[in-house]
Amino acid sequence: MQFVETYSWIPRFNINYALGVDGISVLFVLLNSFITVIVVVAGWEVIQEKVAQYMAAFLVMSGLINGIFSALDGVLFYVFFEASLIPLFLIIGVWGGSNRVYAAIKFFLYTLAGSLLMLIALLYLFMESGGSFNILDWHKLRLGMDVQDLIFWAFLVSFAVKVPMFPVHTWLPDAHVEAPTGGSIVLAAIGLKLGAYGFLRFSLPIAPDASQAWAPMIITLSLIAVIYIGFVALVQTDMKKLVAYSSISHMGFVTLGFFIFNPLGIEGALVQMISHGFVSGAMFASIGVLYDRMHSRQIADYGGVVNVMPKFAALFMLFAMANSGLPATSGFVGEFMVALGAVKYNFWVGFAAATTLIVGAAYTLWMYKRVVFGAISNHHVSELTDINGREFAFLATLAICVLAMGIYPLPVTEVMHASVTDLLKHVAVSKL
Amino acid sequence: MNFVIPDFYPAAAELFVVAMSFVILMAGTFIKDSKRLPYYLTQVTLLGAAVITLQTMNGQIGFTFSNMYVDDLMGDVLKLMVYVSVVIVLLYSRAYNDDRKLDTTEYYMLALYATLGMMVMIAANHFLTLYLGLELLSLALYALVAIQRDSVRATEAGMKYFVLGALASGLLLYGISMLYGATGTLEISGVAQAIYHQTGHKTVLLFGLVFVVAGLAFKLGVVPFHMWIPDVYHGAPTSVTLLIASAPKLAAFGMAMRLLVNGLFELSDQWQSMLMFLGVLSIILGNIAAIAQPNIKRMLGYSGISHMGFMLLGLMSGVVEGDRHFALNAYSSAMFYVVSYVLMTLAAFGMLVLLSRAGFEAETLDDFKGLNKRNSWFACVMAMVMFSMAGIPFFVGFFAKFSVLQAVVAAGYIWVAILAVVMSLIGAFYYLRIVKVMFFDDPIDSAHVSAPTEMKIVLSFNGLAIAVLGLTPQWLMSLCAISLLGSL
Repeated sequence: MQFVETYSWIPRFNINYALGVDGISVLFVLLNSFITVIVVVAGWEVIQEKVAQYMAAFLVMSGLINGIFSALDGVLFYVFFEASLIPLFLIIGVWGGSNRVYAAIKFFLYTLAGSLLMLIALLYLFMESGGSFNILDWHKLRLGMDVQDLIFWAFLVSFAVKVPMFPVHTWLPDAHVEAPTGGSIVLAAIGLKLGAYGFLRFSLPIAPDASQAWAPMIITLSLIAVIYIGFVALVQTDMKKLVAYSSISHMGFVTLGFFIFNPLGIEGALVQMISHGFVSGAMFASIGVLYDRMHSRQIADYGGVVNVMPKFAALFMLFAMANSGLPATSGFVGEFMVALGAVKYNFWVGFAAATTLIVGAAYTLWMYKRVVFGAISNHHVSELTDINGREFAFLATLAICVLAMGIYPLPVTEVMHASVTDLLKHVAVSKL
Repeated sequence: MNFVIPDFYPAAAELFVVAMSFVILMAGTFIKDSKRLPYYLTQVTLLGAAVITLQTMNGQIGFTFSNMYVDDLMGDVLKLMVYVSVVIVLLYSRAYNDDRKLDTTEYYMLALYATLGMMVMIAANHFLTLYLGLELLSLALYALVAIQRDSVRATEAGMKYFVLGALASGLLLYGISMLYGATGTLEISGVAQAIYHQTGHKTVLLFGLVFVVAGLAFKLGVVPFHMWIPDVYHGAPTSVTLLIASAPKLAAFGMAMRLLVNGLFELSDQWQSMLMFLGVLSIILGNIAAIAQPNIKRMLGYSGISHMGFMLLGLMSGVVEGDRHFALNAYSSAMFYVVSYVLMTLAAFGMLVLLSRAGFEAETLDDFKGLNKRNSWFACVMAMVMFSMAGIPFFVGFFAKFSVLQAVVAAGYIWVAILAVVMSLIGAFYYLRIVKVMFFDDPIDSAHVSAPTEMKIVLSFNGLAIAVLGLTPQWLMSLCAISLLGSL
């Protein structure tokens, strides 16, 4: 842990305002801060209504999410975790699409339902540890198997909803479809990482034996997410929904990587998380660019966009390729590492996971083909104008990130390496 | 026979309020042309009482009136909180009352007598003193509910409240008489002594306990003694609902502490299981029934039932298998919960008062539609209150729930804690619905939000307090713990 700062917050319950980052969380703090800038630029001319509240909501959310990634105190983590629901709830509900109210409430209640059980687990750990909410203390705590099981499940419910894992993923497509572009970008790029980060920070090190015991179940659920949700994405007619399902499928890769317990798997999953932050953010930003012009997310309403928006088509192409895991883009690195780790764990698990490279390519590129290529399908498309300087700036920035991570991922893996090794040491030692 | 002049010092604040109430009554009768006079005099009285309480607060336990009356830190702190909430209630409701011609001497007199009743309840060291305070409070509130004489709904609510309240008083008295029969004394500390030395008859004691808890449950409004709450909240003028829903909860907490902790602590095994039963039922019923309420006053009534249930969960976690180690933690968490709840409920009903105006009562969900477009600051205040009531951080409501759940988990009732959080999830739905109509819908009513400036300022501070206490809950938590320290 570095950059640690600790202030007493609520001494009565020994709660501290304790922040710090390790090799894992520092990457997400950076990713979050970066994406927030993109979101502000992406919403610059688009948001006309209640601009101040919109920007305030994103800044508040950005601060809270940085808090989640750097909290070293269980209650502080929980407080940030839950409080971050409020701005996103308002963003979806106020600036969202036609069915936004349903989506906003579903999003809020679904994620709240998960996190409430975590609160009980935190209180239980507080009692078991003799009055400490310090997460690092909890890592050293010895717990019996039945206790570990309960704690693991309490955390699992909360993080599985947030990731989201199959079968508690149904809130995500709704939330994504109805959210404004900025909300979708933050939700996909950062929001989904919170749950996965929670697994690394809480579930694996605090309840390692339970994690090992339940790993086959998590791996099965992850593979279902990867394959089944991949096929679900294939049949979507709404672009945002398609990318939402593809996010669930990609996050399946992440949970798979965590629960095969080898360094390759975990590092691959982390690379996948960062990469997915760029790629899915970019996909939603691209769809946002189209939506601002056409006010439609339906694939069927488009066709032949390349004829009128060549610059946009080129960038969108790159993101679509990255989403389907093309080598030399960031999407490939993570998926390859996880698949490799999975093959080490069990050949058939690795085999099943690797099918995503086919399914992912199928749904992304088929969508791309129907939207961008071909002849101009209707007069709305013919009236489209190519991206302006502002739009080019944020899409190109994302494109550079995607390429840079695809070609030279070493800086990222190097930063996380020591922390991942340390984490695996915790997981390998039984706490019984 | 010796006549000993009692020490008036511990009861100075109460005596001051009594004296001032006569002054206000006279002033209201003889000085007709100054309409605002009773209002200002009442506020001055409450502030004066606060000053006296602060002056006489010394951290010692003092008894007076032949041990019928006690002055301790818990009592003083609770009394101060009662003054503050009544001052806020009167401040919020002045313009509302003005519009409805309720701005009379009677209203302020009754509010003042209700306050006096609460003070006596909080400071009672004798079952009869306790009963006296309770009746003074209740009778004043019955009259206040029905103060709009020509409103059918208010009269009906007043009648219901009176009949059910009388029944509850009867139960309480019956319980007290049994306790007297078993122990031979009505003095609360004497009863505790008698039970400790096992001189009392156990069966009679337990019967007495059941009735006392039932009476208490009625005053707190917890299931199955909650029937009056929705109707009374709905039927009474909003300014009166504001009063009923706030300060009396503090007094009821004080009464619970006097009766159960100071008096019947030795029977904690028995009453804790009763409180668990009452608390769990209240949380379940309160939250589920609130979903179906389109009327916000009724909804807040049901939500109040669930909040009081939550508070009882704190009270029931004090003694674990004879181990009293957790008692302070548990009772102070319950007190913290009540104080936070009163703060939130003041702001919530304050918003209803704010949106009402002459000839128009804001009380349904529709009246909050599009508030963000009408006045975004007060929409923000209401949103903070709702998120706080739902137990979302960073608001004080979260830490209230947190500290109670912590006590419940520490006492080993993990399933109760899980049930409580699952139910608060259901609760989150109806609080969110208000946020939803304020921020996501378009206004039906486009009238300008108008209210006296001082009300707007205080309501803003009330909302901010919910947020600020959520960021720094420490001092209020410590205050609750310190004030209870002397009474255990």
